[in-house]
Amino acid sequence: MTALAGAKDTEMVEKHKSASPDRVIDIEKLSLTFETNDGPVHALSDIDLKIEQGDFVSFIGPSGCGKTTLLRVIADLEKPTAGSITVNGVSPEEARLNRAYGYVFQAAALYSWRTIAGNVALPLEIMGLSRSERQQRVARNLELVNLSGFEKKYPWQLSGGMQQRASIARALAVEPDLLLMDEPFGALDEIVRDHLNEQLLQLWAKTSKTVAFVTHSIPEAVFLSTKIVVLCPRPGRIYDVIESDLPRDRTLDIRESPEFLKIAHRVREGLKAGHSYED
Amino acid sequence: MTSNTFAPTRSLNPFAGLMSGTAGPVIVVVLAIIGAWYIGSVSLNTPFQLDTYERADRTDVPFSELLSDTLSQERPVLPAPHQIAVEIWETTAEKKITSKRSLIYHSGITLSSALLGFLIGTTLGILLAIGIIHSRVLEKSLMPWIIASQTIPILAIAPMIIVVLNAVGVSGLLPKAMISTYLSFFPVAVGMVKGLRSPEVIDMDLMHTYSANRLQTFWKLRLPYAVPFLFTSMKIGMAAALVGAIVGELPTGAVAGLGARLLSGSYYGQTLQIWSALIMAAFVAGSLVALIGLVEKLALQRMGMTR
Repeated sequence: MTALAGAKDTEMVEKHKSASPDRVIDIEKLSLTFETNDGPVHALSDIDLKIEQGDFVSFIGPSGCGKTTLLRVIADLEKPTAGSITVNGVSPEEARLNRAYGYVFQAAALYSWRTIAGNVALPLEIMGLSRSERQQRVARNLELVNLSGFEKKYPWQLSGGMQQRASIARALAVEPDLLLMDEPFGALDEIVRDHLNEQLLQLWAKTSKTVAFVTHSIPEAVFLSTKIVVLCPRPGRIYDVIESDLPRDRTLDIRESPEFLKIAHRVREGLKAGHSYED
Repeated sequence: MTSNTFAPTRSLNPFAGLMSGTAGPVIVVVLAIIGAWYIGSVSLNTPFQLDTYERADRTDVPFSELLSDTLSQERPVLPAPHQIAVEIWETTAEKKITSKRSLIYHSGITLSSALLGFLIGTTLGILLAIGIIHSRVLEKSLMPWIIASQTIPILAIAPMIIVVLNAVGVSGLLPKAMISTYLSFFPVAVGMVKGLRSPEVIDMDLMHTYSANRLQTFWKLRLPYAVPFLFTSMKIGMAAALVGAIVGELPTGAVAGLGARLLSGSYYGQTLQIWSALIMAAFVAGSLVALIGLVEKLALQRMGMTR
């Protein structure tokens, strides 16, 4: 540990040299401490993580392990207190200003006074795109999430799963290379979730985007990901990083295969080990 | 006998249908108020009527005559509803609008200053709220004054406003409207501060991920969120503006307006004139609030916020 801490400075200097052009996210020695009335809370501690172009990375862990916080740091919704992070080779703030990513929240967070089309057009209006460009992108992305024909509906007229799909279309409309998803299907039932997982995977295959995906479902993480990051709490840190060798072209049936179960088992063991000394 | 089998299986009570909706209970409440009013009129007007009989040396007047006399006095302590209704009819429908005795003329005077004051007050309230939510300094420096302004009795400050504005050469409609403004900006400012601050954290985060600037966040998120709050506070502000316009007429010796009618009515003991002006004021305020409610309904429908 002391050797690692001593090497920190040289690593920081060399980081930009070694950054490969395909590196989307590069996190080194990142920590985030919230100051609260009950003393400091170490939400993230000493995180090292690299995400390459085209990866589908899942963050999995029990609540309080900092997986959402980590995603929020990437999105520049939280500022780290130590360490370094680059997104597309620049700071998260710069990446946000470049509109490098689309963010999907746990809740759909659609604006109730806007129609579905209006909601998807919201980021495009903020970006200052022309009306015709907006219309094209809205139509294209609503079709991508199978919501064509629902343009004029208001959010409350749609089911929870459809609302979440609309919010994914809204994130995609920005046309980012990076998609940040914070438990987007957490509030949905198993059947809808399976269906959306399959759709998301097809979407990812079609668009070759990089996805960072927070979940606490093991099957979801294993089914979707090329890389699974297991986090454990107090302080929030990375326990295990699993590179999945499942083929990129997957269907739900793969969940019965021995390879799938082997990875799921390793994730489960990681979650257990990271958690055990707490109880 | 056999035809009975085809009869609808409803209650035989003919009022059953009426009482199941909202109309029935409303009618019952109105009737109860009117009934209580008549009882109050008779009992409050009886002493004067007995005095009159005594002076006329009449004894043993039958109760029915006493009853009808108490309800038809010229200057009753408490006029009966039908007397007020007759007075209102005579001063609205039977008078030209331009006549100094027309209640519509007087309502119009008060209404114009109330509406002007309301418009200025609403604008001022919205602008103050926008300033307050965007600047901590403005909040700290303005909020205490805004709250302090409402702790001063309007009757105390109304003559000051009129005197000061007259001294700087502003007269006519505007000084009275200023008093309406004084009363109506407050609910709008407070309601809009609350409304503009009401977006959820997740909604604000969304704007942050889009790198939206303050102006975009305001137009696309804060303002739509605040619309229901705006209408609610506008209803309160409208009623307050009308009160302000009436109060503004009292200390200035205004010769026209509902406030002037109240004042001259109390000088000459014309209780009928006072009550008809009061009822008219309530009617005008009620109509304006209902009008805002209608606009609110249409606006929220257009925004897709009603189901």
